[in-house]
Amino acid sequence: MWAILSLLVENKPGILFKITHLFRARNFNIDSISVGITDNPDYSRMTITTFGDEKQIAQIVKQLDKMIDTVEVKQLDEHETLFRELSLFKIKLSNANDSMEVNKITNAYGGKVHNVRKDSMMIELTATPDQTNAFEELVKPFGIIDVARTGVAALQRSEQ
Amino acid sequence: MNKMETMIGAKALMTAMEKEGVKQVFGLPGGSNLPMYDEFSRCNIRHILARHEQSASHMADGFGRVSRKPGVCFATSGPGATNILTGIATAQADSSPMIAVTGQVPVAMIGKDAFQESDIIGMANPVVKYAYQPRTAAEIPEVIRKGFYIAETGRPGPVLIDIPKDVQQNEAEMIFPDEFKIQGYHPWTDPDIIAVEKAIDMLLHAQKPVILAGGGTIISSAFAELQSIAETLVLPVVTTFKGKGAFPENHPLCLGSIGMHGRAEANKIMAEADCVLAIGTRFSDRSVGTFETFEKGLKIIHMDVDPAEIGKNQTAQLAVVGDVRANLRIMVKLLLQKSLKKSDDSTWIKHVRETRSYWKENLKIHPGEMGAAKILRKLRELLPKESVITTEVGQHQMWASLFYDVIQPGTFFSSTGLGTMGWGFPAAIGAKVARPDVPVVDIAGDGSFAMTENSLATAVLEDIPVIVFVLNNATLGMVAQWQRTFYDRRMIGVDQKSCPDYVKLAESYGAQGLRAQSMDELDKAIKTALSSDVATVIDIPIDPEEDVLPFVAPGTSLSDMVLPS
Repeated sequence: MWAILSLLVENKPGILFKITHLFRARNFNIDSISVGITDNPDYSRMTITTFGDEKQIAQIVKQLDKMIDTVEVKQLDEHETLFRELSLFKIKLSNANDSMEVNKITNAYGGKVHNVRKDSMMIELTATPDQTNAFEELVKPFGIIDVARTGVAALQRSEQ
Repeated sequence: MNKMETMIGAKALMTAMEKEGVKQVFGLPGGSNLPMYDEFSRCNIRHILARHEQSASHMADGFGRVSRKPGVCFATSGPGATNILTGIATAQADSSPMIAVTGQVPVAMIGKDAFQESDIIGMANPVVKYAYQPRTAAEIPEVIRKGFYIAETGRPGPVLIDIPKDVQQNEAEMIFPDEFKIQGYHPWTDPDIIAVEKAIDMLLHAQKPVILAGGGTIISSAFAELQSIAETLVLPVVTTFKGKGAFPENHPLCLGSIGMHGRAEANKIMAEADCVLAIGTRFSDRSVGTFETFEKGLKIIHMDVDPAEIGKNQTAQLAVVGDVRANLRIMVKLLLQKSLKKSDDSTWIKHVRETRSYWKENLKIHPGEMGAAKILRKLRELLPKESVITTEVGQHQMWASLFYDVIQPGTFFSSTGLGTMGWGFPAAIGAKVARPDVPVVDIAGDGSFAMTENSLATAVLEDIPVIVFVLNNATLGMVAQWQRTFYDRRMIGVDQKSCPDYVKLAESYGAQGLRAQSMDELDKAIKTALSSDVATVIDIPIDPEEDVLPFVAPGTSLSDMVLPS
């Protein structure tokens, strides 16, 4: 089971280390992690995606919650959550048609084209991890030179 | 609002600790904690000099477990700090309140690989409840206040406070706060009445109910409540090894500790039970054997102050989160209100009684005069019931579990989680500082005692007369037993060859050294030690071939227990 965890943590040095250390020490997996400051500079929001069965996920949430530096730990319901990751792709262009083809795919996924050169172009994509994986499959035949993915950022849609 | 005072960081540290009620610090000085040490000349806190930082941390741990107030240890930076890591990890594994204060290189030198610099905050992270590194002197009062609060509330644990040398030396306007806020820390201590009601219901409807009392029962001193519930509902009580002595072991309902070297009657009854009220336990593998077998056919009511323990190792049918004592109090009250009382002639309780008396009479013990069971029963016979016991780690520890009955609850302490050899003696010193009025005995083996034996200097020079009771088989006995059992008697690295001579060693430190080679000599030695006002080592040579039995082999379940033949 894939799970999205949303953590509000104190914005202090060493917190990211402690969180990742907990995952290592307790034998949990981090699929992706993204961190950024919130509207209140005292706190950061961490979004961690992870895999595990229901029991393991419950245990991860409890162990994170037990940490003194975490102010709030929630497992987000995928269907009630807006979650996206930003990805940058550098794609190889081998012939004249390639650029047009990649452009088409990019448009279909709502991506943006950057830095078009004779032999490469860059794509900026904001999507769910599944969509990003699908996009990656489609552009793979052209030749992917490099990829950078931020990991998921997520917020619950409802107020609660 | 508290008035401000100008002082240096080191003085603020000592002042803040005095406000927390600290009367003594166990430690060792060095380059990076000299400013703190200088303050001992100007404050009312006693310094107790250890001969190794690890021992200082175990002393603080022993003090903390007995007094239930954080014990404090000091160490310098670098190797001083890394030396206390074992003590911190030991305290964390057994939920013992501790404050470890380390010196650190000056702020500007951090990260420069300075002399005696170690990233102790990074290293200690997984084994502390929390860690602070104040970067300015003015932070110190609040850090100490919060550190003590974290260490002693909820599920207790060690807090590390790493103070750079310049932060100790710098002057600042200090405010010693009464009020403070730790936003992400809310120990869940309130009782859960609804859950307790359900728990009573489950216990009443079970055919073969049992109470499993863990270390949390001792930490929260829920002795009277536990006894009242056990007696009212006529429930047999088993304990984990850490929970040993949560319930008087001479009580007719008490079966003793379960586990790898649990008592036969305890393991048998635990394995047969259909419902367990598990109090303050984390279901360690050493206590329950294989997780899958243990929980099979067993309804678990899990009572714990740490919500993360629920469902970690065992699936609970009912969780009762909160302070164990508070929840048990509610249970006592509800039982009284509903005047619920169970008859004591059920088939189950008859069976429990029979099992108990059968194994009390029929467990085969070592036939020799100086077998472990006889030695420990002799010790029990001669010690006042309020005596405090610590143990080292190994065969002697498990023999203590099997053959030494704790009568007064909360008087038995051991490194049960991390299993730290060398813990018992310095912990006994800490315990004696907390309870100078009672005899304190470290039940030891020669292998474990060797690891921190230089604490004899502390016991003698600081006038802390504890008794070290060495079951000396001249062997790393537990390892030897496993080599005999699982490695076809290939005995590698276990022979200590009776080196050193513990009587002479004790004497060389100015302690009393006694040797007991017969029951008569043992009787005399224990009496002599109890009436002496100097630390005493009693060296008791025993058979190196004696095994600890019963034994639940790793990866098997309590019902697979191997019994002495």
